[in-house]
Amino acid sequence: MTDANNRVADAPLVSIHGLTVDFHTEDGVIRAVEDLSFSIPRGGTVGLVGESGSGKSVTAMTLMRLIPQPPGQISAGTIDFDGLNLLSLSERQMRSIRGKRIGMIFQEPMTSLNPVYRIGEQVAEVVREHDHLSRRAARDRTLELLDQVGLPRPKQLIDSYPHELSGGQKQRVMIAQAMSCEPDLLIADEPTTALDVTIQKQVLELMGELQSRYGMSLLFITHDLGVIAEVANDVVVMYRSHKVEEGETRALFKQASHPYTRGLIACRPGLESNPQRLLTVDDFMTPEGQSIEVSSERLTPQVKRSQAELETSPVLLEVRDLKTYFPVTGGLFGKVIDQVRAVDGVSLTIRKGQTFGLVGESGCGKTTLGRSLLRLTEPDHGDVIFDGVNVTAANEGTLRHLRKRMQIIFQDPYSSLNPRMTVADILMEPLRQVNPKGSRSEHRDHAGDLLETVGLHTSHLGRYPHEFSGGQRQRIGIARALAVKPEFLVCDESVSALDVSVQAQILNLLLDLQHEFDLTYLFISHDLSVVNFISDYVGVMNQGQLVEYGTAEQIYKDPQQDYTRRLLAAIPKAS
Amino acid sequence: MLARFIVKRLLGAIPTLLILITIAFFMIRVAPGGPFDADKTLPPEVQANLDAKYNLDQPLFTQYLNYLGSVLRGDLGPSFQYSDFTVNELIAEGFPVSIQLGASALALALLFGVLIGTTAAWYQNTRLDYALMGTAMTGIAIPNFVLAPILILIFAVYFGWLPAGGWGNGELRNMVLPVIALSLPYMAYVARLTRGSMVETLRSDFVRTARAKGLPEWKIIGKHSLKVALLPVVSYLGPAAAAILTGSVVIEQIFGLPGMGRYFVQGALNRDYTLVMGVVIVIGLLIVLFNLIVDIVYALIDPRIRYE
Repeated sequence: MTDANNRVADAPLVSIHGLTVDFHTEDGVIRAVEDLSFSIPRGGTVGLVGESGSGKSVTAMTLMRLIPQPPGQISAGTIDFDGLNLLSLSERQMRSIRGKRIGMIFQEPMTSLNPVYRIGEQVAEVVREHDHLSRRAARDRTLELLDQVGLPRPKQLIDSYPHELSGGQKQRVMIAQAMSCEPDLLIADEPTTALDVTIQKQVLELMGELQSRYGMSLLFITHDLGVIAEVANDVVVMYRSHKVEEGETRALFKQASHPYTRGLIACRPGLESNPQRLLTVDDFMTPEGQSIEVSSERLTPQVKRSQAELETSPVLLEVRDLKTYFPVTGGLFGKVIDQVRAVDGVSLTIRKGQTFGLVGESGCGKTTLGRSLLRLTEPDHGDVIFDGVNVTAANEGTLRHLRKRMQIIFQDPYSSLNPRMTVADILMEPLRQVNPKGSRSEHRDHAGDLLETVGLHTSHLGRYPHEFSGGQRQRIGIARALAVKPEFLVCDESVSALDVSVQAQILNLLLDLQHEFDLTYLFISHDLSVVNFISDYVGVMNQGQLVEYGTAEQIYKDPQQDYTRRLLAAIPKAS
Repeated sequence: MLARFIVKRLLGAIPTLLILITIAFFMIRVAPGGPFDADKTLPPEVQANLDAKYNLDQPLFTQYLNYLGSVLRGDLGPSFQYSDFTVNELIAEGFPVSIQLGASALALALLFGVLIGTTAAWYQNTRLDYALMGTAMTGIAIPNFVLAPILILIFAVYFGWLPAGGWGNGELRNMVLPVIALSLPYMAYVARLTRGSMVETLRSDFVRTARAKGLPEWKIIGKHSLKVALLPVVSYLGPAAAAILTGSVVIEQIFGLPGMGRYFVQGALNRDYTLVMGVVIVIGLLIVLFNLIVDIVYALIDPRIRYE
């Protein structure tokens, strides 16, 4: 440390005062951050929590002075970074701070690395720019960094391209890049949101390790309170551009003062308690931000419906030794040289009214299994029997009829809705399939009813998908699936892309709909807490096979497989 | 890996060319008239002698097989119109002119198109951007048979700086106007393509990462964005090369250049079957070759593309 640093050693590294950021759009000025103040102590970790659009990412980008101006505008406030007012620096001075004294990692490791350059080149670039190292010295430093972030065989990996690495490995490369100049502050914007729990755990541990080794400060941005509890000493909660709460992490979890924070803590499904419904932010707060007194009845966990009732209901879906392989081609004439065994001999039974949860890491074959059941992907071997009908042997006509009874809801509520169709068109398309003789106004009325069923309003019919939030779009996806009056729904990571508070609402909706329409679910997710909440039975998948299978309680309380235990141990525990 | 890819693609080109030859062969025969039709009808004996000399008296399918056989040996046959020359000789004479013209035009279009497009993207939604893109739109809209006379009028007739036509020995001053006239519409299109792709790339996550690394702006544009943004431009080069090769027919006529283009037009009008076929085969081969080069360049730029 320099003398100057010693003199202010007690002062926080970063102090933000009265920060206000506006965006000028065609619809007027949007205030993304308003009058925000907080500080980050030297060597400490501050968690910045809030839902999408709350202003947390804008805050991080403003710290780096990376918000595009225009349309962005920093209207008021100061950001003091180690004695420097970041907002008054020239662009040139600011550039010498980015990457050198403040490092940053982002949510999407898949898209945050340049696909056309080798990863070694991308890491080395930073030290070459700021520390003026020679090509050779930069390469040595890069090897050292890749090793430090725990990447295997750095000497080979240094010359690979991003697409040759897994998501977790890419995020490690991003960390190596951000750490390369040993910055004083690391900003991590949702660094683990796109990763599996086991990988998330490893990445969080790595960040903690590097932080204590280099004594840097960390600003950790997330919507997941469970993660915050693991990493941050202090938390700042943002809601609708404002800071609504700030405090020491543990104290905050015990006694949150703002209703939004209380809602956020309560809406996360846990492994210990298993309520019938999840509480949502709306249970604690009116849309205007007024606190609501939550009845004690709602706060106490209720028992789920009895297992016995479910075990006697008739079998709806039976899967026998299902195999789906993907060919790997090669050679001069594209001969099949190998196979990826995405689903490798899975058998399971789902009874009417049950929710069967399917968990596993990315690439374990759970999505392929879901798609194979509906023959959206053709299975190679085995049988799927749905209500006595063999799906795998069905012809075109039978299959089309079966697909009305079996529907799927996808993960990405944005890309799975046609952006050029109105909600009315999206919903009326399947309605016409079911009832070709019905008139247009009949279908439109029905579409309106469907929207009401999923908690939206008839007046939304004329709008386009982009006019809705992620949670609302997922509701539209559910309404579309319900349009054909299905009996069986495959929910493929249907809540994974949503904020926890919205996720709780959608999960509650799914449960309500199950009750109302007597639905049977196959619920696919990498999030074990969510699966535990919604499922009666749980299957754990690994490398195309169902390695463990039982009631939710058996799997979570008494896992038999090492793989399952590892998955369970990796879940961040909100204290 | 690369060698195998090239071999595979070249093998794949054989059926393409075969289909091309077949369709072209029968289509030109379907057209009414023949190579020896003139204002006054020839005596039947003369006509029969000529037909016999060029094997035109045989059944069409036999002619087709014979032609295919000689093409395989690299012989494109005698020209019906220029009876002292073989088609091989005629093409050997015109080919260098056409290829020089086409390659220069393509290079010019690429160089300035990318430069203009990148500048417009960098200054996006400013007056400069609107001015550049407006000009480019005009460039796309004006066909080169309109553009060429205008250029001649201004630079040859009015200022007298450059020759109005002719090839000379392929000196630079003879090339300037035809190359510009040929390349401008493509330059304009490349500019628009580059701008669009660049604007999108500048918004991507990895450009945000590059900024967060504290890199100077020229590296963000020139290194991180340009390579990715050029991918759609590279894909466009295949069809563009084909269009420039066929487009040069018009330009060669206007500027009176001794390229392949005039043989194409005259050959078709005169029903000079072998000459037309020869030009079709050469252009077809060039297009196949150029698309192969485009695919290789594409894979070199983008490591996610595997040679398959």
